[in-house]
Amino acid sequence: MSNPTSDVVRIPDRPRTLAEKVWEDHLVVKGEDGQPDLIYIDLHLVHEVTSPQAFDGLRAEGRPVRRLDLTIATEDHNTPTLDIDKPIADPTSRIQIETLRRNAEEFGVRLHSLGDKEQGIVHVVGPQLGLTMPGITVVCGDSHTSTHGAFGAMAFGIGTSEVEHVLATQTLPLKPFKTMAITVEGQLKPGVTAKDIILAVIARIGTGGGQGYVLEYRGSAIRSLSMEGRMTICNMSIEAGARAGMVAPDETTFEYLRGRPHAPKGQDWDDAVAYWRTLPTDEGAAFDAEVFIDADELEPFVTWGTNPGQGVSLSDAVPSPSDFEDPNERAAAERALEYMDLKPGTPMKEIPVDAVFMGSCTNSRIEDLRAFASIIKGRKKADGVRVMVVPGSARVRLEAEAEGIDKIVTDFGAEWRFAGCSMCLGMNPDQLAPGERCASTSNRNFEGRQGKGGRTHLVSPLVAAATAIRGTLASPADLADAPTEFASTGVEA
Amino acid sequence: MEKFTTHTGVAAPLKRSNVDTDQIIPAVYLKRVTKTGFDDALFAGWRQDPGFMLNQEPYRDASILLAGPDFGTGSSREHAVWALRDYGFKVVLSPRFADIFRGNSGKQGLLTGVISEEDLERFWAAMDAQPGVEMTVDLTTRTATLGDFTAGFEIDDYTRWRLLEGLDDIGLTLRNEEKIAQFEARREAWRPRTTPVP
Ligand code: SF4
Repeated sequence: MSNPTSDVVRIPDRPRTLAEKVWEDHLVVKGEDGQPDLIYIDLHLVHEVTSPQAFDGLRAEGRPVRRLDLTIATEDHNTPTLDIDKPIADPTSRIQIETLRRNAEEFGVRLHSLGDKEQGIVHVVGPQLGLTMPGITVVCGDSHTSTHGAFGAMAFGIGTSEVEHVLATQTLPLKPFKTMAITVEGQLKPGVTAKDIILAVIARIGTGGGQGYVLEYRGSAIRSLSMEGRMTICNMSIEAGARAGMVAPDETTFEYLRGRPHAPKGQDWDDAVAYWRTLPTDEGAAFDAEVFIDADELEPFVTWGTNPGQGVSLSDAVPSPSDFEDPNERAAAERALEYMDLKPGTPMKEIPVDAVFMGSCTNSRIEDLRAFASIIKGRKKADGVRVMVVPGSARVRLEAEAEGIDKIVTDFGAEWRFAGCSMCLGMNPDQLAPGERCASTSNRNFEGRQGKGGRTHLVSPLVAAATAIRGTLASPADLADAPTEFASTGVEA
Repeated sequence: MEKFTTHTGVAAPLKRSNVDTDQIIPAVYLKRVTKTGFDDALFAGWRQDPGFMLNQEPYRDASILLAGPDFGTGSSREHAVWALRDYGFKVVLSPRFADIFRGNSGKQGLLTGVISEEDLERFWAAMDAQPGVEMTVDLTTRTATLGDFTAGFEIDDYTRWRLLEGLDDIGLTLRNEEKIAQFEARREAWRPRTTPVP
């Protein structure tokens, strides 16, 4: 069923994908003769890095923010995760944050500042408030906006001039994306998580494989994932080159949303759910491309290189450049191995780390922290390994503390921090030193991403925990007294 | 964005070719958090030299730049256009522009007109003979006039229309204001609102 009151856009009666439905229900103007469509934006998330020039542009033209009630801002990229009551030392970070505060005040945008209980990574805050919901369009000046697609929303990152455009008009001129179905069928083995699925997907289709597409994750393995797990997967769609990733909404989605502060209430809730149930891709709808993944085969996955597509199963060894037929991939592997200081043939599980980072918009929700805590509980971290645990939002931190997770973390010998992007990109003081090696639950292992000269292995929270215990890349099953039961991240109990 | 029909102002000769965006605005200025106030950043490297043309009296207040071929090559930074605009330039005439720079200019209200190398030489000579002379650029007729010499310049119809109407990307979208308002009127009540819930 399309938007019943639409009198402008006639929707043809044909089987449609989830992405097409959401797109067509947001058409303000259908582009003719190769012109882009004008798409309405339901929710605009704002943070300190990509918004200053957008607000300045509005000011220069004397334009207001069109829909303050569809706009919300938080501070995340530059915020310190220690001593948050002290002034921010780095001048660039401080200026960006102060500028956001001034702009929010001047234009009237709702802002959650450092110290506020709703502050946190923009992609953790939206869903947690119940603002992110099925069938809406979400944008933010940040590529990992794809995270919100886990709810069956059309969510994608935009550039600063587009941020200004949305602030001023609440719309964007856009050409439709192509659609790709990624079907993951079967049952995940214990200890295999959403993170492992998406790392395997990226290794399969490559970091450019999703270019121009919106990915729809489907199949029984995806259906069995919790919302947190679906967010982890959609989050990294961008690492596969796609601008957006989506999962059709279902009972899991509705249950997650029900009762959240901004979720619809009463009759609105009933209307919304009735509409949301119409969103899943119709039988017989055609995708522009399809990929199949066997969930039964998947194992914990880790990256060995400097892009998220350079990954292998944890039980495998570092590949050799000669394993790659494509000359570009071979050259990339050579460069990556040199940067990562790894020898081909080394078992991944023998690679020692200096640091473990548990956080980022990929894996810093309460469920991720629970999974991590279930492994480290009652143990001690490996000597010489620095372990940092950074909740995705202030609220996640509070929730975790109410459950005693902070105590488990500090007893383990790890650092319990305040919320923010932190070592995911090292814009704040949380950085790797040159040459340091880190197992990280974040989404990018680019050269220098976590600090100049730092080396990153992308892993799931379970692998991060086991690695912190053993000091070398490991999964919970590799621990001496392996836990037989643990909270599994991303999989419904 | 202001509408552009004609403009009269001091024309400055920039007798260099291949002026890239790094020269127009050096990378250190990209750290700023504003989109305006880049006037001091324009040609910052060259302006350290007191002998540089823009540091000389008749040209300090120039608003029309006549540059050698291949102006605006290099990075895609929009800051290059902001810096020219903030300094007070309304028009750049050159025999050739980098595509991205030209695209960015049109969106920000800076007119970039392509003139022939012969006409450029002729304008330069006239400016040398009479430093600080004013030029009139008429977008309706696509001509530039200095003294009794008039030359035509090229600009594509779409960009010309946008400049004449004073439409940046946002202005262009806001021409659909009525349709946006209609769409908003029929949005369902359940859709998210960020305003604090009681
Ligand atoms: S946590 Fe990392 S990936 Fe996510 S928004 Fe912050 S910097 Fe970007």
